[in-house]
Amino acid sequence: MNSDQQAHDALKNRLAEAATSEFRGQARAVVPAEQILEALKFLRNERGFDLLIDITCVDYLRYRGAADRFGLVYLLANTQTNERLTVRTFLNEPEPSVPSMTPLWEGANWMEREVWDMFGIHFEGHPDLRRILLPEEFAAFPLRKDYPLQGRGERHNFPVLTREGA
Amino acid sequence: MPLAPVETLDLAHDEPQDYLWTLNFGPQHPATHTTLRLVLKLDGERVIDAIPDIGYLHSGFEKIGEHLNYNQYVTITDRMNYISPMSNNVAWHGAVEALLGLELTPRCKYIRVLIAELSRISDHLLCNGAAGLDTGAFTYFLYAFYQREVIYDIFETLCGARFTNSYTRVGGLMYDVTPLVIEKTRAFCKNFPKTLHDMERLLNRNKIFVDRTKGVGVLTKEKALNRSCSGPVARGSGVTRDLRKDEPYLAYKDFDFQVCCSRAGDCYARYLVRMQEMWESLKIVEQAIENLPPGPVDVGIDQRTAFPDKRMVYSTIEGTISHFELQMSNRGFEVPHEEIYFATEAPNGELGFYIVGDGTETAYRARCRPPSFIHFAVFPHLIRGHTLSDIVAVLGSLNIIAAELDR
Repeated sequence: MNSDQQAHDALKNRLAEAATSEFRGQARAVVPAEQILEALKFLRNERGFDLLIDITCVDYLRYRGAADRFGLVYLLANTQTNERLTVRTFLNEPEPSVPSMTPLWEGANWMEREVWDMFGIHFEGHPDLRRILLPEEFAAFPLRKDYPLQGRGERHNFPVLTREGA
Repeated sequence: MPLAPVETLDLAHDEPQDYLWTLNFGPQHPATHTTLRLVLKLDGERVIDAIPDIGYLHSGFEKIGEHLNYNQYVTITDRMNYISPMSNNVAWHGAVEALLGLELTPRCKYIRVLIAELSRISDHLLCNGAAGLDTGAFTYFLYAFYQREVIYDIFETLCGARFTNSYTRVGGLMYDVTPLVIEKTRAFCKNFPKTLHDMERLLNRNKIFVDRTKGVGVLTKEKALNRSCSGPVARGSGVTRDLRKDEPYLAYKDFDFQVCCSRAGDCYARYLVRMQEMWESLKIVEQAIENLPPGPVDVGIDQRTAFPDKRMVYSTIEGTISHFELQMSNRGFEVPHEEIYFATEAPNGELGFYIVGDGTETAYRARCRPPSFIHFAVFPHLIRGHTLSDIVAVLGSLNIIAAELDR
């Protein structure tokens, strides 16, 4: 048995037992960040979770009982059996980084760009990791919990165009 | 006849492409309908590449969701997909109730189904009407918009607002249905089929429209799944997923309706799926209005989420306490320290909310899964190789709403 196969079996056991939980009928699994690509590949190819519903992120900065800073959430669905699965992975500063899912699902492209834009999580191997909703020169990650609702004065730095100068 | 896409064109980076022409489409263009921008690379009339540039309407809705409480945030969801706000209301409070573990009353479920389906009709009317308008069928658009006014009128009678309804509440609704609403809905069910037949006769076999949409913007089933498409866009490509049938939420189990699909995957198929879905929605509306269960619309006072009836507040001690606790800012209802995802079949596709609760009245994180955002990512793939004038046909068939796209 080669090492790939062993890792695979380990993952299978992991997804079957250890880190899974359930809340109001929704199955959830927690996977370490270094195994996330492998785990989702396994779920997609062998468990039939062929639809990536969404990728999103939660900043647990002031969340009661949270040990890690960021929780990355992958929502998967199986279009044949209509099962759903939420896969989560936890990341920490200073440089939160995780492999990109674009090799598995092309739809992950914009979802990951949005997470990068809002939370500053780097996706390794992403073909086009640019800001998507905010302007290119924006310096902060606004959905992080240490970013204030009012902003940090970014609006004041926008250039003012007058009728004469335009 | 539409031209076949150029798949063989080699875009090597070292080759100089001086003959290509760059064109800015939007953000203020009458055919985009909303504020979105495309940077196009053109070879004559042919689109070689399209680079979407979005965010012009970004208003930080998800950040606001972390500062408004569960009942207040429904006003923000109105402004996401503003052509069917009732669907967003239903999705948001469905997610909140899933987090709280609330079971709604049968009457509330039926009314929510009713408003969700009416707003689906209204959304599809605008989407198909605008698709017709962009491809030269102005009369068709007016036929569609007249019926949208009728639906606005029903909503106004129901909750006082035409456009931004904010009709749902945690555990219930703003008001119960009045006899006048039932009367107006019955009248709509009676008159709408005539318009829908007229619309089908106007465009389904119209040579100009069919030539502009058939074979344009083809999305295969594999691509639709790979790119996370949902709703009419996916069903137009042969994906049979419809959450109303596959994961029956609210009271959809009780209703008799069909899931509409097509295999072609082009703009015309998406148009037809939407047309057919209006017939099915009309069937659901008729069933909902005739079988409306009696009883209260809000959950009882034991759940402590919806305000009790005024008579109860003034005459019983439970009612008084319940009202007082909900009114006080430091009491409110109990929210678990948990996370949940709840999705509904909105007119545009799967609209879901991922909510993290932290025990307070305000969500810790309120993520919206917007179907427009997912579908607009597919757009460059659909338009490559087609002509400049096909852009409006493809945009119209995807039904991109910038407010939902940028949030």
